[in-house]
Amino acid sequence: MDLIANLSLGFSVAFTPINLLYAFIGCVLGTLIGVLPGIGPVATIAMLLPATYALPPVSALIMLAGIYYGAQYGGSTTAILVNLPGESSSVVTCIDGYQMARKGRAGPALAAAGMGSFFAGCVGTLILAAFAPPLTELAFKFGPAEYFALMVLGLIGAVVLASGSLLKAIAMIVLGLLMGLVGTDVNSGVARFSFDIPELTDGIGFVVIAMGVFGYGEIISNLAQPEDDREVFTAKVTGLFPTKEDFKNMAPAMLRGTFLGSALGILPGGGALLAAFAAYALEKKIKMKPGEVPFGQGNIRGVAGPESANNAGAQTSFIPLLTLGIPPNAVMALMVGAMTIHNIQPGPQVMTSNPELFWGLIASMWIGNAMLIILNLPLIGMWIKLLTVPYRYLFPSIVLFCAIGVYSTNNNTFDVWTVGIFGVIGYLFVKLGAEPAPLLLGFILGPMMEENLRRALLLSRGDWSVFVTRPLSAGLLAAGLLLLCIVLLPSIKNKREEAFVED
Amino acid sequence: MNIKSQKDFFAGLMFMGVGVAFALGATNYSVGTGARMGPGYFPLMLGVLLSVLGAAIIFGALVAKRTDGDKIGKWAFKPLFFIIAANLIFGVCLGGLPSVGIPAMGMMFGIYVLTFVASLAEKGMRIKPTFILATALALISYVAFVKVLKLQFPVWPAFITG
Repeated sequence: MDLIANLSLGFSVAFTPINLLYAFIGCVLGTLIGVLPGIGPVATIAMLLPATYALPPVSALIMLAGIYYGAQYGGSTTAILVNLPGESSSVVTCIDGYQMARKGRAGPALAAAGMGSFFAGCVGTLILAAFAPPLTELAFKFGPAEYFALMVLGLIGAVVLASGSLLKAIAMIVLGLLMGLVGTDVNSGVARFSFDIPELTDGIGFVVIAMGVFGYGEIISNLAQPEDDREVFTAKVTGLFPTKEDFKNMAPAMLRGTFLGSALGILPGGGALLAAFAAYALEKKIKMKPGEVPFGQGNIRGVAGPESANNAGAQTSFIPLLTLGIPPNAVMALMVGAMTIHNIQPGPQVMTSNPELFWGLIASMWIGNAMLIILNLPLIGMWIKLLTVPYRYLFPSIVLFCAIGVYSTNNNTFDVWTVGIFGVIGYLFVKLGAEPAPLLLGFILGPMMEENLRRALLLSRGDWSVFVTRPLSAGLLAAGLLLLCIVLLPSIKNKREEAFVED
Repeated sequence: MNIKSQKDFFAGLMFMGVGVAFALGATNYSVGTGARMGPGYFPLMLGVLLSVLGAAIIFGALVAKRTDGDKIGKWAFKPLFFIIAANLIFGVCLGGLPSVGIPAMGMMFGIYVLTFVASLAEKGMRIKPTFILATALALISYVAFVKVLKLQFPVWPAFITG
């Protein structure tokens, strides 16, 4: 079996002391920022990107991946105990998890979230390992037209994910694409939109945008809100273990959440957030047993389902990145950045040219999930203490780490000035209700899209019909169109807006 | 005509403005044809698309069915100013401003300045806890970034290290 041979190669890489250490650091950091509301994996990974320069590429990616899936674990703790989503994908966990905590059942809720996450993480990783090779084969059949069509599909997927107005999300994508074009054009050597500033001919650094918009923009809008009285159920976590009855209820929910989450994670634009929403909706649809607690009042299925789904989705969203080189969400867009920093061109060739990186990363996810369940269940008390740290100590630290991170990307102060500008822009986006995640995705895909469009049209001698006459590309575009139609259907449109209003 | 959604209206205006600016800027570069795309082709296309989207959002904001006006709300100028200022002053501490004769003060000094300026963003800043926080951050940063990760920083003021 190829799979076994590949995985044993992966484990031999992941089990080296240095990689174990970085997987552990990633998981701890991920849980930490997951628990803390107001800082997410996007800002953290952006902050740490420059710090990974010095590391071997495998260790760097293992650590950054750990932050992403670790955050899915940590986020549920805050959702259950404080009724605040520590992570955006835990929004739905708040609904039933917090009600369980109010009824003195915080322990079982935390256990359901932890176990669900662990199970889903393991299955998601397995799916990633099994599906990556065949998809890679397919990817080699892709020409520029297919890549362009795939990116269009991915960007449409990102729109479905964004909360609020669809049109605004599309506009944010286009804005991101345009910002991605700033800098020297690879074909003609013309410096575009650089206003004769030498630093801009290399383009705007995406660490700068990510940190300005996600880091500073969010801190400013957090500070603008008056601190509400948070009710923290710290003292009341006793008896972690769920009852037999709980197990009976949560096991099927975990299974359903895992499979739904894995499927949605693979889709472009998918990932943890969409998976959690869909899983909660599914659980609500399934008939209740007699005597079961209704949803919204502390049903354990409402915790286990979405928590499994968001972890499975986090895991499988690596599939499009590792096989096609196309990031399906903002975190994966940052992973593209991390790979390019280490001179690895993301795409189907990674598996053959860097097998130890590819399989090492996948194997590390298993190890990481095992570390996380230990970090999050027996050691839960430590994270609960963290929740009592006031925001006034937190935000200056975030500002500092952002500033240091930005400076060390290129060791020049120009980036520090630009991140200031993007901080203001980020706050403007918050005020205008324009969600920034699609912008970052567009920014990463901008140059890639232009390049593939250019090549596709060059090969077809300027004939645009190439995108619909090639079957693969036509199929991808049709899928995108279908996705757009589904979102625009009145019944779904209302549901979608409803779902996002809850956060 | 009433603006039904202030947020959408101004967001649309922003998109339209940026779109037009990019499209106009793109005409400075050679546009070329589909088969031979010049550097201006793709930006021009996207700029026009963004302007159209912006216009559609503005239109939507004028005909929306909401009644609350979807106000933008107050701007939090204080946090905005102090957070951005903290960041900029930290940059000045690291690199100095040779044009005005401000020497580079290094990272350690910068951390204290940044922490104090950033803390001003919230009301009720107290000097002692902020000082303790800054000291803790300085120690962590020194160990993590300078010693462990060996990032290249001007750590101490330029006039001390020479």
